[in-house]
Amino acid sequence: MEKKIMKGAEGLMCSLIEENVNTIFGYPGGQIITVFDALYSYRDSFQYILTRHEQGAIHAAQGYARVSGDTGVVIVTSGPGATNVITGLADAMLDSTPLVVITGQVGASLLGSDAFQETDVIGVTQPITKWSYQIRKASEIPWAVARAFYIAREGRPGPVVLDITKDAQSEMMEFTYKKCIFIRSYQPYPELQPENIAQAAEMINNAKRPMALVGQGVLLGHAEDELKAFLKKADIPAGSTLLGLSALSSDFSLYKGLLGMHGNLGPNKKTAECDVLIAIGMRFDDRVTGDLKKYAKQAKVIHFDIDTSEIDKNVKTSVAVLGNAKETLPAVTELLQPAQHTAWIQSFEVCEKEEMERVIIPEIMPTAGPITMGEVVNRVSEATNHEAILVTDVGQNQMIAARYFKFSRSRSMITSGGLGTMGFGLPAAIGAALGAPERRVCFFTGDGGIQMTLQELGTIMQYKIPVKIIILNNSFLGMVRQWQELFYRERYSSTPMNNPDFPKIAEAYGIEGRKVTKREELDDAIEEMLKDNKAYLLEVEVEENGMVYPMIPAGTSVDQIILGD
Amino acid sequence: MEKILYTITVYTENFVGLLNQITIIFTRRQINIESLTVSKSSIPGIHKFTITAETDLEMVKKVVKQIEKRIDVLKAFYHTDDDVIYQEVALYKIGAEALLDNPEIESIVRKYNARILEVNRSYGVLELSGHTEETQELFERLKEFHVLQFVRSGRIAITKSTVERLSDFLAEMEARNPDR
Repeated sequence: MEKKIMKGAEGLMCSLIEENVNTIFGYPGGQIITVFDALYSYRDSFQYILTRHEQGAIHAAQGYARVSGDTGVVIVTSGPGATNVITGLADAMLDSTPLVVITGQVGASLLGSDAFQETDVIGVTQPITKWSYQIRKASEIPWAVARAFYIAREGRPGPVVLDITKDAQSEMMEFTYKKCIFIRSYQPYPELQPENIAQAAEMINNAKRPMALVGQGVLLGHAEDELKAFLKKADIPAGSTLLGLSALSSDFSLYKGLLGMHGNLGPNKKTAECDVLIAIGMRFDDRVTGDLKKYAKQAKVIHFDIDTSEIDKNVKTSVAVLGNAKETLPAVTELLQPAQHTAWIQSFEVCEKEEMERVIIPEIMPTAGPITMGEVVNRVSEATNHEAILVTDVGQNQMIAARYFKFSRSRSMITSGGLGTMGFGLPAAIGAALGAPERRVCFFTGDGGIQMTLQELGTIMQYKIPVKIIILNNSFLGMVRQWQELFYRERYSSTPMNNPDFPKIAEAYGIEGRKVTKREELDDAIEEMLKDNKAYLLEVEVEENGMVYPMIPAGTSVDQIILGD
Repeated sequence: MEKILYTITVYTENFVGLLNQITIIFTRRQINIESLTVSKSSIPGIHKFTITAETDLEMVKKVVKQIEKRIDVLKAFYHTDDDVIYQEVALYKIGAEALLDNPEIESIVRKYNARILEVNRSYGVLELSGHTEETQELFERLKEFHVLQFVRSGRIAITKSTVERLSDFLAEMEARNPDR
């Protein structure tokens, strides 16, 4: 390969090109200015998005990575630039999102001296990244970048931080690039274990009431088709975790709904009735399991996962099937006997009917009273033919959207699951729109969450990003309000909110918007919002005391789910 | 589940910051590290950590898996005291007067098989290798002679198993290297 002499910062650009990066989110600053100078020379090689806050940059990169499957790239400065991406790193770590975050750092000779804008980025980020590494020599840049992308992407994905000292950015180096294909201390894909695969198949073949729990591992492994074949062959009903949503389309016959605290009645209750529980690429989060001591005790548990450390972490497994779901699912499917579990599957219908009558119909088709969150979500989903990408913020808006938005395509649900980061939504929606430019992005948020990263309307304005923003405004921090009503004797401490005129704010950013307060105006407003491919802000005044049901109160068991009517 | 003392051995690449990556896993689980020894291993470029901590079997399994999950960690193992030959070193500093004026010291040194590393006009230094209870017992025994300083190292341990698991692991991993 031809060797070229260049600055470290240019070496970084060339390394990013080698990794096929085409979009970068970021924010400049003093200790990363040399990299941004190099970026100026390479501005035709990348789509660069200047967000209005570093937190916006990293959440946008997360949204981008989640819809596209590519690694999100962020470049920020040292000190406050780096600490502003911490929330996003923790979020990406919990939600297994591949990111490479490049932070500037003070010159190597100043390290440890409390220099201006110095933070111990490695020390701060180690617990919340898959890998974090400080580059102090320009010559290390290609090696470290290659390793960073390999680590972020392969196996269970996650965020990686590269902290580059200012002198390494300007030092001269010889550029040659070699992609990382192997790290001897890291085995991203556990070897298939034929014995466990056979055991799992036998257990499923002998099951009378099997049930599958679908997690994001299916999406990350691109194993949607393999999952469908698996479920169909042995006739296994499936529930989805929050992050697993859209791996199965909403109308797939064996899809029985959302698991967890605000999930559907059927998949939650049936977890306590099934005889074989098959978890696929999910990690038994406490929001899914409720009280672990009472969780699926009657069932044998088969756990498909790529991450060995997830096995037996929360739920004791009978058989662990380690590996990428794309390989393990077909291996097990091959050994399955075609089966029919008609009566078992029909038993979900009782729950479905009960939930429909007692929760869903009143929520999505109310005939009187204030507008509900559910009816807005339902109408937007219908108006977009269930083909849009759903991005949510966190709280009631998130749970209602997850419950009532329908999916017909994979990678259509972008939300902060593990960390529950309010403010995630708006920048993530920007990233989603850039990562899937051919698709429509509908972002549901609350009056609380939108104000945590509201400044990113500026990013939408500057780059004309076609995000449809729907604010479900109940003038409360709704989810906390719900807990206060149920568990804290209606003492609404710090949850009521006086809000600005959101469409007016949008107008200031050149974004068209409208506020709806009456049910009769809703359809017309949605139609107006979707009339073109431009950003739009729709504020809907919804009922103040709306509640998300069903609900498994924290610490209770999944079959103690309450309907709240 | 019963809490006992486990010896956790960890082999890592020689990168800055590995110690922090390992200890924070204990911190998150509120497990106190009783002792910690870090040194180069017999294989160039690979560092070995020997950690002892009191916890139960289920927890030690989870901790070891989470340590191994760190990218630059090659392999981690846990052992009970029955699985390993282990040792610690203790040093005892005693004032010269107490040392020279007490004929009993000789019999104590003999009995415990301690070594005398240094004697000068001010003090003497004894050394004893052994398990914690043994080095502690000598400390208790020497107390009456006024121990000026006492220090004990972390545990080092070698497995009783005849299989060299790290070299097997390295060979297995290298076999996966597409560039091989």
